[in-house]
Amino acid sequence: MPERVRRRRPVLRDERITLAHGAGGKATRDLVEALFLEELGNEALTPLGDSAVVPPAGGRLAVTTDSYVVHPLVFPGGDIGELAVNGTVNDLAVAGARPLWLTAGFVLEEGLPIELLREIVHSMGSAATRAGVPVAAGDTKVVERGKADGLYVTTAGVGVLEHDLELVPARVRPGDRILLSGTLADHGMAVMIARGDLHLEGDVASDTAPVHELAAALLRLGEALRWMRDPTRGGLATALNELATQSALAVRLQESVLPVRAPVFAACEILGIDPLYVANEGKLVAVVASEATDDALAALRAHPLGAEAVEIGVIEAEPEGIVLLDTALGGSRIVDVLVGDPLPRIC
Amino acid sequence: MRYVDEYRDPALARGLAAEIRSLVTPGEVVRVMEVCGGHTHAIYRHGLEELLPPELELVHGPGCPVCVIPMGRVDDAIALAETDGVTLATFGDMLRVPGGRGSLLEAKARGADVRMVYSPLDALALAAQEPDRHVCFFAIGFETTAPATAVTLRRARAEETPNFSVFCNHVLIEPPLRAILETPGLRVDAFIGPGHVSSVIGTEAYDFIPEEYGRPVVVSAFEPVDLLQSIAMLLRQRADGRCEVENQYTRVVRREGNARAVAAIGETMEAREDFEWRGLGVLPKSALRVREAFAAFDAERLFTLPGARIEDPKACRCGDVLTGQIKPWECGVFGTACTPERPLGTCMVSSEGACAAFFSYGRLRRPREEAPVGA
Repeated sequence: MPERVRRRRPVLRDERITLAHGAGGKATRDLVEALFLEELGNEALTPLGDSAVVPPAGGRLAVTTDSYVVHPLVFPGGDIGELAVNGTVNDLAVAGARPLWLTAGFVLEEGLPIELLREIVHSMGSAATRAGVPVAAGDTKVVERGKADGLYVTTAGVGVLEHDLELVPARVRPGDRILLSGTLADHGMAVMIARGDLHLEGDVASDTAPVHELAAALLRLGEALRWMRDPTRGGLATALNELATQSALAVRLQESVLPVRAPVFAACEILGIDPLYVANEGKLVAVVASEATDDALAALRAHPLGAEAVEIGVIEAEPEGIVLLDTALGGSRIVDVLVGDPLPRIC
Repeated sequence: MRYVDEYRDPALARGLAAEIRSLVTPGEVVRVMEVCGGHTHAIYRHGLEELLPPELELVHGPGCPVCVIPMGRVDDAIALAETDGVTLATFGDMLRVPGGRGSLLEAKARGADVRMVYSPLDALALAAQEPDRHVCFFAIGFETTAPATAVTLRRARAEETPNFSVFCNHVLIEPPLRAILETPGLRVDAFIGPGHVSSVIGTEAYDFIPEEYGRPVVVSAFEPVDLLQSIAMLLRQRADGRCEVENQYTRVVRREGNARAVAAIGETMEAREDFEWRGLGVLPKSALRVREAFAAFDAERLFTLPGARIEDPKACRCGDVLTGQIKPWECGVFGTACTPERPLGTCMVSSEGACAAFFSYGRLRRPREEAPVGA
């Protein structure tokens, strides 16, 4: 941005987003400078060029993109801004990459309170600082009232792989162990309850958090680390079904050790929802060689986000492509892929 | 969640499983039907069949309220949803059920106003919030959910809500049980009675089963330990030479039921001459319609509905599954043309349906389960 524009400190007086904020003129400039740059500004973003120019990374790159459409925008434990940063960081982290840069595109709905937008962008900035990953580029568009649910965020992320490991299902072997960094279903249930239409209340908060440090700790295991995922939409069951299918192996879980907080479990029971299918936003599931299990658990538990890490199951040769669960009662069942939405059962 | 824990206690479950093993005679198969879809779901979710001896065969009954709605009624609901100015509200389970013209979810994607609610009172509240639209509640379910619809009808009349109606599809539990009991070559020796329905109609509603058909009944709660205890109670009746209705779900169910709930149903609804059941055909006096006194809230009186009767797909053997004649996997299209993703028959639609529960949770166990069938 040229010096003469920067001379005046931009002020944003509007209370709500209007179509003018998306028109590219003065209102757009005020919004970008007085809100987005205030909260997210950094070396790469602040010049406001058409592209951010960043230094070379020196390794294989991981590239990811994700869109965030969560409703409500603010929920117990986080908001859409923090979620967008953590979600993108986590996608890079479980690919084995050290996250380097993010971008964020905002679609804003006419009428969105500017204070709410500031709150969301502020927590985005805090999350980016916490993860040490600057938002290097951004974009803002405004659509008419009724054309978007408050705001949507689309991110991209770039990370660098500083090792030669291939974290792919093909490296998973029968006998390998499955580790989970903490409790299940916190995010999904927190958002469902926050929507209010279930008339449920409960002490349930989203687990949104960056797992890149947990992933980095596991990467130090070297070849013993086979595969990692962040079990978001579709939950642990979906992530493990993809692993089972892609590796043509079986996943066997132990129900009695699956960690679910009591209020989350209660909400799932009331709604007839299986916590295995509910989204997590700050958890990591990893497959490690059997002999590395203790080291891997110790590495996870040494970090506050992994304090409740547990071994939840084992990889087996058969039945190919299937996730099984040994129930706490001594039976077993298939944990199948999800069909449709996890809608509450009626009775 | 201490309340649930004690009903999922592995030691208690093992003890009951051992008792069940001690109560069966080697080689002599006892076929127990769990009537309620909630029981079917719990049995598979907790892998209960693996705890049972091969002599104990579970037959999954007709008590899934979503599964029994015929395709023609789904089409009627879609027609309502596609009527100008009408918002159709229903339970989430109902949205994916295929009719002759696709599902409500597909109608919604085409532009129909379909909303998911958790209770009929939510639908009535929606009518108050959106006075310019007519909100129709697609009511389904056995005597379990009928009282909530009844209370909603009462309130709509008291509040004189001008833009609310009920498309009534409530069904009764006794007629399908009789239909099953009348099936030639019946393959059911004992019944696990539904828990929630019984909280309304009481356990005495099942007296006809031991008295007229000589089969014992135990009304059961829904947790795995409850179900194992109910099975043990049924086997004990057989061992003692008794044949009666017993109540395992004493923490909720009374012998006489809930008189106020029954009265609310009776005040607002009455039995239809007959009703078509998916898989079971037309059964007389098996469903409820809105009474004349509440005609202003009866969608069937307010709107002209197609009312078409649509045959179940020929290849689908849901009726045989529902009556215990075959196991889900013995149907020719199970898991091939008919899957939870693309259900052909009703039993594959809801997670409480026998086929969907078996497909999702237990399809690997087929060889083990086939043994007692041939025994």
